[in-house]
Amino acid sequence: MFKNIMAWVDERLPVSDLIKSQLTEYPAPKNLNYWWNFGSLALLVLVIQLATGIFLVMHYKPDAALAFDSVEHIMRDVNFGWLLRYMHANGASFFFIAVYIHILRGMYYGSYRKPREILWWFGIVIFFLLMGTAFMGYVLPWGQMSYWGAAVITNLMSAVPVVGEDLVIWVWGGFSVGDPTLNRFFSLHYLMPFLVTGMVVLHLWALHAVHSNNPDGIDLEKKDTIPFHPYYTVKDLYGVGVFLLIYCFFVFFAPNAFLEPDNYIEANPMQTPAHIVPEWYFLPFYAILRSIDFLGTFSKLAGVIAMIGSIAILFVLPFLDRSPARSFRYRPISKVLFWIFFVDCVILGWVGYNPSDAVVLGGIPIVYVGRAASAVYFGYFVLIWIITAFGIEKPKPQPKSL
Amino acid sequence: MVNEQGENRRDFLMLATGAVGAVGVAGAAWPFIKSMSPSADVLAQATTEVDISTLSEGQMITVPWQGKPVFILHRTQAQIDEAVKDDGQAMRDPEKDGDRIQKPEWLVVLALCTHLGCVPQPIGTGEYGGFLCPCHGTHYDTSGRIRKGPAPKNLPVPHYEFKDDSTLVIGKAIA
Repeated sequence: MFKNIMAWVDERLPVSDLIKSQLTEYPAPKNLNYWWNFGSLALLVLVIQLATGIFLVMHYKPDAALAFDSVEHIMRDVNFGWLLRYMHANGASFFFIAVYIHILRGMYYGSYRKPREILWWFGIVIFFLLMGTAFMGYVLPWGQMSYWGAAVITNLMSAVPVVGEDLVIWVWGGFSVGDPTLNRFFSLHYLMPFLVTGMVVLHLWALHAVHSNNPDGIDLEKKDTIPFHPYYTVKDLYGVGVFLLIYCFFVFFAPNAFLEPDNYIEANPMQTPAHIVPEWYFLPFYAILRSIDFLGTFSKLAGVIAMIGSIAILFVLPFLDRSPARSFRYRPISKVLFWIFFVDCVILGWVGYNPSDAVVLGGIPIVYVGRAASAVYFGYFVLIWIITAFGIEKPKPQPKSL
Repeated sequence: MVNEQGENRRDFLMLATGAVGAVGVAGAAWPFIKSMSPSADVLAQATTEVDISTLSEGQMITVPWQGKPVFILHRTQAQIDEAVKDDGQAMRDPEKDGDRIQKPEWLVVLALCTHLGCVPQPIGTGEYGGFLCPCHGTHYDTSGRIRKGPAPKNLPVPHYEFKDDSTLVIGKAIA
């Protein structure tokens, strides 16, 4: 019966062919390690976010006078509302955990190198969209951190020369962050996940056009590949199990671990919290923004440019890296630089978490740490170019095949 | 019909049609873009009236104006003297205290840090006896001028007038 139905469909739309060529018999490298699980994990979180988000919207009210209470209504009155909200709020954090590991994996194994540049660029676009979505989603509960986070970030646009001030008023729909701002952020927070989904389709298309990279970073022969199903469907599902275990621990036992207590105070435009701190996944970029404070009136614009540039520089990474080897397995200097870069990102996160006037390690103003760490961050990209473009790094011999 | 650059009538028509189409799309996009600008009801709340007769010397209140906080400070003689004394000091955004006030005892400034829009803390919290912005550590003096920290400009002075001795009107009505 099913066979007959499928035959009828296939004659009109070749669904079985697509599933066969792109999923079940899709050739995947046989040496993929567990770092290759995080793409499918990011997709899993996207599905969780879409599902919980659609149901949360059935109870949420995007109105400055009602939003905060409607979130409490979800928490207290709606059946399983607490679960939907905690899944969604923690889902955001786990989305970034998955995506950050996914990006770092690509950086370590040279997945951005020829011929995967377009695949890499689609990934960066997804990352930008994700940051926008997360930022606007965080505004919706209309707590103090929501409000003042929105105020600080939207004010960054006033740094744009000439039209900056008008631009901010246009974005706000008023003279300050207010009800019109909340309404449009709600609209865009609902729209953007669908843009993300569309970009994910393009990301997968680009992936299947050039095929997966692998831990050795070499071009593979037919004999080095295995069918995606059952080998990687099983491996991905195993990853899903482990991932959900950790995710559920947070959802059920530490649901507020990633949230700021101040966001349980309703938004008050007349009073700034003593210490505005963004969500953890924005902290390194926030630290870079604040580190540029030594250029006088130009500081604000320079800080914004540096912050956006810290992600946008990933677009040119495929052209900065000129090494004959893709994978850092065979690149001793790049490997060291990568781990310095990783630790540096953690340090930037810590700087971003601290108040800007904090003094650390017995007398060093934290802004100095931030400046140094920002320099190291951008230094990574410069050094990768220098050691590969001038042949300073001699890659170790790579295997011809697996 | 081909001219010396190898272009024919059809190329011209394609280009002209494309240009008209682009203008049409831009025109059609305008209502969508403009719909995000402040609406009439938001513009209608342009002014705020404040009774200042109850503010004694040294007292400060924060009032909302267009959804933004405004500091109204009844300055003491010491605070006025400190602001005037520093007129000659090197500043990021040099302005004389006299240019920022209408009556020396009344300081009216927009309470939004020019760095990223946080509300600074009340008078006396910062160095120079003024306001400290808690977000990124900007210090404003008793005239609301930036003296230290990342902010690029002084706290802006909104348009205001004294309707009578006890009533201050902030803002200008928008027609």
